[in-house]
Amino acid sequence: MNISNVATAPSREMDFARRVFDLGENSLRELNQALHNLGPGSNETSWEVLNPKGSHSVAVGVDQPVAIDVRGSVGYYCGGMNAGGAITVHGSVGPGVGENMMSGSIVVKGDASQYAGATGRGGLLVIEGNASSRCGISMKGINIVVRGNIGHMSAFMAQSGNLVVLGDAGDALGDSIYEARLFVRGKVKSLGADCIKKEMRPEHIAILQDLLDRAGIKDAKPEEFTRYGSARTLYNFNIDNADAY
Amino acid sequence: MCGIVGLFLKDKSLEPRLGALLSEMLVSLTDRGPDSAGIAIYDGAAAKGRAKITIQSSAPAADFPGLEAELGKKIEAKVSSTVKSTHAVLEIPAGKLDEARAAIAELRPNVRVMGAGEAIEIYKEVGLPAEVVKRFDLTKMTGSHGVGHTRMATESAVTTLGAHPFSTGPDQCLVHNGSLSNHNNLRRELMRDGMRFETENDTEVAAAYLSSKIAHGQNLGEALQSSLDDLDGFFTFVVGTKNGFGVVRDPISCKPAVMAETDQYVAFGSEYRALANLPGIDNARVWEPEPSTVYFWEH
Repeated sequence: MNISNVATAPSREMDFARRVFDLGENSLRELNQALHNLGPGSNETSWEVLNPKGSHSVAVGVDQPVAIDVRGSVGYYCGGMNAGGAITVHGSVGPGVGENMMSGSIVVKGDASQYAGATGRGGLLVIEGNASSRCGISMKGINIVVRGNIGHMSAFMAQSGNLVVLGDAGDALGDSIYEARLFVRGKVKSLGADCIKKEMRPEHIAILQDLLDRAGIKDAKPEEFTRYGSARTLYNFNIDNADAY
Repeated sequence: MCGIVGLFLKDKSLEPRLGALLSEMLVSLTDRGPDSAGIAIYDGAAAKGRAKITIQSSAPAADFPGLEAELGKKIEAKVSSTVKSTHAVLEIPAGKLDEARAAIAELRPNVRVMGAGEAIEIYKEVGLPAEVVKRFDLTKMTGSHGVGHTRMATESAVTTLGAHPFSTGPDQCLVHNGSLSNHNNLRRELMRDGMRFETENDTEVAAAYLSSKIAHGQNLGEALQSSLDDLDGFFTFVVGTKNGFGVVRDPISCKPAVMAETDQYVAFGSEYRALANLPGIDNARVWEPEPSTVYFWEH
């Protein structure tokens, strides 16, 4: 897909305290320190980051409910450990976007590289393009919505939370999965060990509709998705399953 | 870690800037590998029956003076040379390549051949990418395509010969991010097949493996496809040939890779950072190469 790295349309109304931070002029450390210095109730609730040019660790460790628009593509670990921030990347992200996110949201307008949302404990990660391998690996409560496809070994050892994929999933989806819910609209190339197709009950339709609404997706219906989850045969060691470990 | 870059130009007007563009890409990935760095550049425009041999010496002041004349006498042909720091490029008639390599080994036993062919020149040394770029004046180099590598050593010693790119066949080179686990066995098999090795390095085995497949009649695409079956370990490879440039990643693909294509070029970087300053990148098609998939471009 084509992704422009320079988005021009502001994503939300300008407020009185919008801070613009140009990574071409200031260091990444200064940006992240300024974000970490924000206390509860700060008026600086709206931030814009220019010229990231693939920088690592942009807006890592945000712990206040501020909105951050990143204009361009970033490298590793963007928005890692986010707790309450609303981060929008107007470009693509490198490996580990939203790693260990606690709460808040991250929206990626382009594609995501490997292990998006890894070990995430909460919040919402929306990827409007494709995500590559290991999306949602070891997720522990985060909700991830991917408009495109996801790569191989996604949701490996996923423990809780929801992974919603409007496109296709690669090989070994949900290998050794615990209690996360996986909803895929397209094809699944193969399922990993102990991951099975499951029935869509009314409560799942409701969960999925809520996630699609929160991700701003209007062109997909929950009924079009298939649910996958754990067969729970690997929870306790059984000698007959030795080959599956 | 390690960082790798590649740039294949479609637009000839960029050729004078190849060295500068590739150098900037490589320097941007310095923190992926500070041990050593190297670059292979292909410029076959002036070849016309001539071939180039890039040699390296740890004692250039002793080894390089007089070599041009001595080699010319030995192989009975016109030889010209350009010295750049610890490296020198010898130009000889294309038909005399094997003869010249044998003669160099005899005349200067301590000199190592970095690469040879009609278009390839290879420069690599221990040190940061910016130092290596400066030492060999790489920003001024012209050419049609090239690859670069900045190394964080895992499998063998930090030496000039352990730096990438590795070249094990005419106009062939390979850079690698990852580590191979079956390289010792494969090295023994390739040695039985007549391949020669300069180092204990895993990447040299991968390069020799591809050269061996090509020598047995496979094209580069087929050789890369075979590597997916025969090489065990982690790898993202970027390879160069006289006319082309290829990329392949192992089935697990944990080593990062990003590609960009415009009407002017195809570019590869371990990370997007390496591509961020290329001309027209904002409108390029940017994507992550798929696992177990061979990508290849040729002029």
